[in-house]
Amino acid sequence: MSILKMTDVHAGYGGANILNGVNMEIGAHEIGVIVGPNGAGKSTSLKALFGLLTVSEGSVVFDGKDVTNAKPENLVRGGLSFVPQEFNVFPAMTVRENLEMGAYVRKDDYRHLIEKMFEYFPPLRDKQKQPAGELSGGQRQMVAIGRALMMEPKLLLLDEPTAGLSPRYMGEIFERVIAINASGVGILMVEQNARQALAIAHKGFVLAGGRNSFTDTGQALLDNPEVAESFLGGGAKH
Amino acid sequence: MEQVGFLSAMPINEIVFFINKVVVAGLIIGSVYALGAVGLTLVWGILRFANFAHGDLMTLGAFIAFVLTMVMPGLGAAVGLPTAFVVMPIAMAITALITIGLDKAFYQPLRKTNPKPITLVIASFGVMLMLQGLIRLIWGTAPRNMYVTPKEIYRIPFAGKDIIITEPQLLLIVVTVVAIVALHLFLTRSRTGKAMRAMSDNADLARISGISTDKVVRTTWIIAGSLAAAAGTLLAMDVSLKPDLSFNILIPIVAAMIVGGIGQPYGAISGGLLVGFTETVAVFNWSILLRPLKPHLPDWIELPASIAFVPTEYKIVVPFVILVAVLIWRPNGIFKGKVL
Repeated sequence: MSILKMTDVHAGYGGANILNGVNMEIGAHEIGVIVGPNGAGKSTSLKALFGLLTVSEGSVVFDGKDVTNAKPENLVRGGLSFVPQEFNVFPAMTVRENLEMGAYVRKDDYRHLIEKMFEYFPPLRDKQKQPAGELSGGQRQMVAIGRALMMEPKLLLLDEPTAGLSPRYMGEIFERVIAINASGVGILMVEQNARQALAIAHKGFVLAGGRNSFTDTGQALLDNPEVAESFLGGGAKH
Repeated sequence: MEQVGFLSAMPINEIVFFINKVVVAGLIIGSVYALGAVGLTLVWGILRFANFAHGDLMTLGAFIAFVLTMVMPGLGAAVGLPTAFVVMPIAMAITALITIGLDKAFYQPLRKTNPKPITLVIASFGVMLMLQGLIRLIWGTAPRNMYVTPKEIYRIPFAGKDIIITEPQLLLIVVTVVAIVALHLFLTRSRTGKAMRAMSDNADLARISGISTDKVVRTTWIIAGSLAAAAGTLLAMDVSLKPDLSFNILIPIVAAMIVGGIGQPYGAISGGLLVGFTETVAVFNWSILLRPLKPHLPDWIELPASIAFVPTEYKIVVPFVILVAVLIWRPNGIFKGKVL
């Protein structure tokens, strides 16, 4: 059963549409990866399905419900979490408070989840009383993902989680993404490091010009010479 | 024994004069500025505009307290506190409600259009003029006394002299301390308080986290409105109640907010005290402190009767100077607030 299905989505920021018919479907507990050149509408797709801009045509179905143009706060309650690429922490608040804000709409006792986040991201444990703005880029990304996981989402949207990170942190974030997925959370992420990302993806979506160019399993896209040629910078590697 | 010897060698008259004129006076006016600036800075942090009407909310709160005092003048005597102080919580609640009403009527419709901050500033300017007009229309322009009975004056003996503090001044200091502690606990412990800080810190991410903008905005206005009413009431109790009570201190309050770093409640409190003390230090007549030195000075030095940095009537330049200096050398304020 699919957790998310975007059908022929058109959307934009008020002027001309940026998305001109995006189709995506991923199953529960799967990793979906969106790749493509700059301006292809990758981040816009995430924002459109998270209700941050208006979908003018097409539909978004999440967890069996039509959530086209739903409000972000309702989507959060429904089990969808979003980690934006930039400005994704509360810089003046402590690491712990950042995580608490992720659980803002929860009414139950979520302390065990904070503990779980420290297990996912051990470097955060010692820094829990430090303002998130003082952390390194990689640790800040951990806080951002941790905040989004506090709602125990069914699907986690990640917008370029490794952008601007050192290779060491990049590998660490990819490892965490796999671990989070293994714990039963579906993931849909936009990624610049297309090869690495497709390698861990169940589903891959290559966007160009606001619509799907290729849609397949991650491995099939990596093996596709045309995709490799146009979007992965050179011949397919095995 | 040695203590007594030390004290008797000190120019007690002058020291007590200094305490009364600078320490006490600075603490009083600084507390008023702090209470005003906290509300102003919270509104800016959440709604991203300078609310020019904030000063007149203080005046309005004071007039509401005045009306309540006139309605039940005997209330204070029953509990042994000034009536205006006893009814202050009611005035705070009413002012908070009015503040929310003003938001619903003027700012909320504007926010829906996604305006530039300056649009909201100008709107608040309109609300300010409207409030000033309404206050004059309803209560006239004559100064009024918030006290039904004479003010208590406390004399604290200090080495044979008295440090003088009046009842409203003492209440003002107590209320400021209580408000600061309560606000601190609210912002750091409560779910809504943390949501407020989150929204001030990163509004988009707060929304993505499911924090309700409307609720945070409402809470902000409640805090700003009730603190404004408290500051206005206590100030009117200390001096007297006039329609321009707080409009006159809007500039120092804005200075206090910017000095403390916009959006930083603790900064606003320290900024308020800093501006308050600087004002009193600037208008203080230092000649009086130098007088005991006179016998030790050579004859050819004449002490002028008045040595003040700024004459009292030009006191308003002090916050302006602080404001300009901070904007030039530390535009984010002491507590690293938002960039203007």
